[in-house]
Formats: sequence, structure tokens, C-alpha cells
Amino acid sequence: MSEAPRLQLKGMTKIYPSVIANDSIDMSIAPGEIHAVLGENGAGKSTLMKAIYGVVKPDRGQIIWNGEAVAIQNPAHARRLGIGMVFQHFSLFETLTVTENIALAMDDYTSMESLAGRIEEVSGEYGLPLDPGQLIYSLSVGLRQRVEIIRCLLQQPKLLIMDEPTSVLTPQAVRKMFETLRRLADEGCSILYISHKLDEIMELCHSATIIRGGKVTGYAVPADETATSLARMMIGKEIPVCSRQRPVVDGERCLEVRNLSKSSADQFGTDLKAISFSVKGGEILGVAGISGNGQQELLYALSGERLVDDRDSIAIHGESVGHLNPDERRNRGLGFVPEERLGRGAVPGMSLSSNVILTAHRQGMVAKGLLKFQKAAQFAEKCISDFTVKCGSGDDPITSLSGGNMQKFITGREILQSPDLLIVSQPTWGVDIGAANIIRQSMIDLRNNGSAVLVVSEELDELLEICDRLIVIAEGYVSSSVNVNDTSKEEIGLWMSGMFPGGPATDTFNEATHNQESHGC
Amino acid sequence: MDGDIFIQILVAAIAAGTPFVYAALGELITEKSGVLNLGVEGMMLVGAISGFIGMAKSGSLLVAVLCGMTAGALMALIFAVLTLTLMANQVASGLALTIFGVGLSAFLGLKYTSIALPGVPELHIPFLSDIPVVGRLLFSHDILIYSSLVLFGFICWFLYKSKAGLILRGVGEAPKSAHALGYNVIGIRYLAVLFGGAMAGLGGVYLAVAYTPMWVEGMVAGRGWVALALVVFASWRPLRVMAGAYLFGGITIAQFHIQGFGIEIPSQLLSMLPYIATIIVLVLISRDQKSIRLNSPASLGLTYHPNN
Repeated sequence: MSEAPRLQLKGMTKIYPSVIANDSIDMSIAPGEIHAVLGENGAGKSTLMKAIYGVVKPDRGQIIWNGEAVAIQNPAHARRLGIGMVFQHFSLFETLTVTENIALAMDDYTSMESLAGRIEEVSGEYGLPLDPGQLIYSLSVGLRQRVEIIRCLLQQPKLLIMDEPTSVLTPQAVRKMFETLRRLADEGCSILYISHKLDEIMELCHSATIIRGGKVTGYAVPADETATSLARMMIGKEIPVCSRQRPVVDGERCLEVRNLSKSSADQFGTDLKAISFSVKGGEILGVAGISGNGQQELLYALSGERLVDDRDSIAIHGESVGHLNPDERRNRGLGFVPEERLGRGAVPGMSLSSNVILTAHRQGMVAKGLLKFQKAAQFAEKCISDFTVKCGSGDDPITSLSGGNMQKFITGREILQSPDLLIVSQPTWGVDIGAANIIRQSMIDLRNNGSAVLVVSEELDELLEICDRLIVIAEGYVSSSVNVNDTSKEEIGLWMSGMFPGGPATDTFNEATHNQESHGC
Repeated sequence: MDGDIFIQILVAAIAAGTPFVYAALGELITEKSGVLNLGVEGMMLVGAISGFIGMAKSGSLLVAVLCGMTAGALMALIFAVLTLTLMANQVASGLALTIFGVGLSAFLGLKYTSIALPGVPELHIPFLSDIPVVGRLLFSHDILIYSSLVLFGFICWFLYKSKAGLILRGVGEAPKSAHALGYNVIGIRYLAVLFGGAMAGLGGVYLAVAYTPMWVEGMVAGRGWVALALVVFASWRPLRVMAGAYLFGGITIAQFHIQGFGIEIPSQLLSMLPYIATIIVLVLISRDQKSIRLNSPASLGLTYHPNN
């Protein structure tokens, strides 16, 4: 390409007190190029993007924009230069309308009505229809992302940064988004595409910068590489694979859910609508679905954190437990790993071995009302060595661990108690590939030993890899179960948007059927 | 003359409700930005004595109003520095501000306890004020009451029609998102807190120079707390704040008249009536959970650090 690069980074460095997030990163992106930034969680991708967008200030390094060195002061400055960003965790305002959300990011509009008109026009033009009057909280996650994208497009950006955009989309929605991105690139907009999903990058991107531990480990043309070679650059070694060996274990029915209905505690949550399914010993049942479709509510009901009205709607080993609290359910063989590691999975201010006692005190750690700290320390040591948790010792505070190690420790704590029934939410969310494989393998081992395992995850690939059967949750409805060998990613993707027998089955645009309220005086 | 008493009560109710209108609308703006300032009572007291001193020294209502608003804003500035710059806990800082205001106003007012002011004259509007009933009801008030109505109109326009109001609501709803879009969350919150303080001060001025034109130690008498409660029970909506303020004022006046008739109800019970009735009415009209969530600022009372 003959033109000057749209954006060039030279020696970008950002140092945080405990870690060097970016270490002398060089990168260049041409007009109309889709450039991947590939790296594991914690490799420093997000920090680098935030530096370009003016959210964090780099300690050293130069940003060259269209041939001129610039110091980007803040996001407003970046937007004026023509840089737009779609955040991984959305920067939307739930109680405001689509138009109001977009107005907050715009400097040049005359009235709300004219802005609403422009939103309809641009969103229609790119095939991403949006209703400007709708309130954000009534929109699905996919539509919220659409709002973010349209918000960027309205400013006619010359560079669009997308931070892990597909983690919240169905496979069909991902297709749709790729079309939009290719079209933008054809129009001359450069795109920085951040992801750790190799197949997406190989399909979409023209070029890639691979980052590991804050440093660039390679530049590549994804189309010329294989998934294995990209992964080697990304994690520095071959991707370990889970053992696919799985003996057929025919256990008895362990968890039975019958006609479970429960209204959500959150005003904007999803109510559970007459859910039925069961898990038997020796199998892993996966719950697929886009986040915010009732997974939270289902897990609160199953763990006992929220009791259900009909005690018979949840049964463990045939005994009704709907009225029992989490402790009583654990006494009946339940192990539970919640989505939030700190706060629900572990107490932040406590050491590893004290956190062990919270759920593992049933393993002979209490005698005559007194705690046996020796036993707890032994349990913590075993957990640390079995699950290769990287930490100083069992006396360290749990907050000193990285996200992946914390997840290994919390999952390990539950698995080492050999529960008859293990319920795990987002087991590998924000966890690097190595740790993710250890966690997945340990769930498979637990299944092979005859326990029942229920996994709730948004990562469809993960569910297809480890589960025996799948159910899909959409808008609080649950599909019938399907054997993973008898289905495909595409079919599950359709189900995730509600299109399964007995499902909410609305088309993707009009899925938010809430009436439009406005703010009253 | 039953009708006459009724009109008298209504006219007095508007006056009795006006301090709440100022203080609660000010607090509404503060809370919409996501900051909970429990120091309204203290800011009203300091505003009241400052306005009273200004009036006593100069004889000018304008000077009194400026003194009261400045004093209220300065009190709010203390709170803002503590909670927004130094990231102190908002609840504790607000309570401390009230205690500080009670003491400071008593100290400043030592020399002024025996003085009576002339009060603020009613505005006589030709023709309009002479209309029977309606004229008395609507056009026989002093200028501070009319300006509170202007303030109400301004706040409705500001919150729901202006870009600045949209930004304010955005900051209260999701400060992180506002920061990511490039808004100065702390700066906007400073302005909202200062506005709330100035309005609380003005509410105090109204009490001390117009409603009962003299200074009595602790004369705000819990009205700051009532204003705070009004904002919450009105689910952060200006029109409901107004309704609550006048309802409270009306019942306060009505129960005086009931006591005057010699009805056999213990006066202590009657004195409780405005509090109970206002809370019940506002709770009943604001029971819709969804509308509460739509109008309440999600980040209310939470400390916000811009850098993490």
C-alpha cells in the first residue's frame, strides 16, 4: 500500500505498579485494513487499545495518526481524530433510550428527533436495524452491541477498535457482524480487532499482531498461518488438549428440575418460565445461551441462594430441595462454582486455606464446634498441587492470585470434595488456555467417576467439547436436551436466539417486546 | 365561612411547602448525579442564618438570597471536597455536615435571636390578584414562592430536554460509561453538589426571612430530613417532589386548624400526621418498581474512582 499508515505505534509502554502491561509495542495499520490483535487474557491487549482511545495514558511511546505524532488526551479527543471504540464491557446507560445513549457520544446534532432519524437511516443502511426510542435495559446483549457499533458509525470513524466483540453473539450474529466489518473496511475504515478466537481471526483479518505478556511475539498474515502456529505465538507452546476418553457411565438421575418458574430479583432480569430438565450421574449437561437469558436466575435457584416457591420443582437424588438453603443443599451432595469468583465463590480478604473452610468444612474440618486449621491447610495444599495453582502458600490472601489461578482453586475446592452433583457457571471465563484445559479436564474426570455435572457457559465451543448433552436457555425458556454428537453449532446458534420448539421464537430484531416507557416528570 | 378557611389553608400550604420545594429540588439534582448528600438539614440551617444576617444588615432581599445561597454552596463544597476529591464515604460525610451545620448556625445566630425582620411583602398583581378565590390562591404570594415555581419549570426542562441534563442523568446512571465517553464525572458531580447546596441554602433563607421572619436556633426543625425523604419517596421525579412538598405543607397547616377547633385528638398525634400522610401517599403513587428503577440514579451513594 502506497499511502501512509492510518495508525502507527512506536514503543508503546504502560507500567502498572505490579505488572508491565505493555512493553515497547510497535504496530502499524493501513487504511481499510482489518488488523487482529491476538493474545490471551491478561496479555495487555485491552490496555493497548485503551491507550489508543485515550482512556489510559501510556508511560512511553508514540502514537502516529495519519503520519502525525499525536498525544491523545481523552476519549473525546480520540473521537475527534476519528477513532471509535466498541468496548468489551459496554459503555451504555441502561435507563436511557438508544437515541439518548448515542446523543451522549455526539457533539454535532441539532435535535433528538433528527438524531433518531439518522440512527434509523445508518442502522438500516448497514443492515443492523435499531429502534431509537427503546430503552437499553430492554435490549438483548446482541442489540446492545449494535447500539455501540451504530454509535461509532455515526461519527464516521477512520479507525474502529473492537474489543472481543463476538463473545456475546450467536454464531449467526457473528456472521452478520463480519459482513458489516468487511463492508466498513471496503469503505476505507481501518479496524483493530481484538480477540483470542483463532478461527475468527483467520477468517476475518488481513494481518495480525500477536502479544504475549505485554510484548509483541510476532506479526502474521492469518490466512497463511494455521491455528496451531498462531496459538504457538500466542501462548508460547502447543495448546494442550483434553483427553477425549469418556467411558459410558450409567448413573441414576441426580438432579431433577420440574416446571421451575421464578421471577427475577432484578427488575431488568429474566423470569424463569416452567423449566424442566434432569442430569444423571456420569454425564455433563451443558446449558448454552447468550448471557442475560435467565442463566443467573437459574443458578441462584439451583444453588439455593434464592428459594423457589414450589419445593418439588428442584430435587437432588429424588428429594425435594426447593425450600432448602445452600448449606443444606451442599449437605445433600451439591458442589457449586458461581460466576463471580470474589464475593460469591470466595471471600476476598481471607487466605486460601480459610476460603477452603467455607465449603469444605464437611470434610472433617470441624470437631466439637472447633475448626481444625491443620486439616484446612492440608486440603488447600492438595488443591494447590492437584490443580497447579500458582501462588505463594495457603496462607496468602486469595486476592493475590490471578483470575485463572483463583478459578482453578475455587473449582478445585469443590471437585476435591467429590460432590455427587457439581454445578459450574462460566468455568473458564477470563481464564488462559492452559488453566482452562485443567479445569475442563477435571470436570470430565469427575463425570467419569460417576458424578453429575451441570455447566453453564456462553462459550459454545467449550460446551460442545466437554458436554454429553446440551440444553439451551433463551428468555427464560429452556429447550429439550440434545446429544452433542447429534447437533451442530449452527443448530444450537438458532436455538440460542429462541428458535426451538416451545421457545420464545421471535425474530432477532423485534426480540425486545417491552412497551416503550419514557421518563416522566 | 368554611370556604374561606379552606382557601386560607391552601394559601398557607403553598408557603409552608416552599422550603421543601427548594431543598428537595436541589437535592434531586445532586442525587441524579449519583451523590447522596445527607447534609441538607445543616446546609438549610447555615443558609437560613446567613440569609437572615444579610437581610438584617442590608435590608435587601436580594442580598439575603445571595448570602444564603453562597453559604449553602460553601457547605456543599466541604462535602464535595470530602467525598469527590478525597473519596470519603458519602453517608458519614453528609451526617457530619448536618451536625456541623447545626452547631455553626447556632454560633453565627447568637447575636440575632431577638431581632424580628419585616418579612417579604406579597406581590400585588393588578386585576389578577383581585379575582375572587383564584386570585387569592395563585396571585397573592411573595416573590420567593414565584421563583420556586420558575425553578421547578427550569429543572424539568433541564433534566428531560437539555443535553446537560442528559449528561447529568448519564453520570448518575453509569459513571464508568460516562468516563469512557470522555465526560468529567467528578467535575459534573461537583457542580451538582454545589447546586444542591445553594438550593438548600435558599430554602433556609425562605424560612428565616419570609415564612417566619426571625431567627430561632434550630428553626429548620427537621425540614432538611423531610426534603431528603421527599426525593426518595417521589422516586426522583420533580413533579412528585412538588406534590409531596405541598401535601406536606398542606397537612401541616390543616392540623393546626384542626387543633384550633378543639377536636379531641392529642396534638402529638396530629403533629405526626404530615409525616405519615406524605410518606403513605408518595409510596402509593410510586409503587411501580420499574418506574423507580428507570428514574433512580443507579450509582447513588457509591464512591467513584475515575482510574479503575
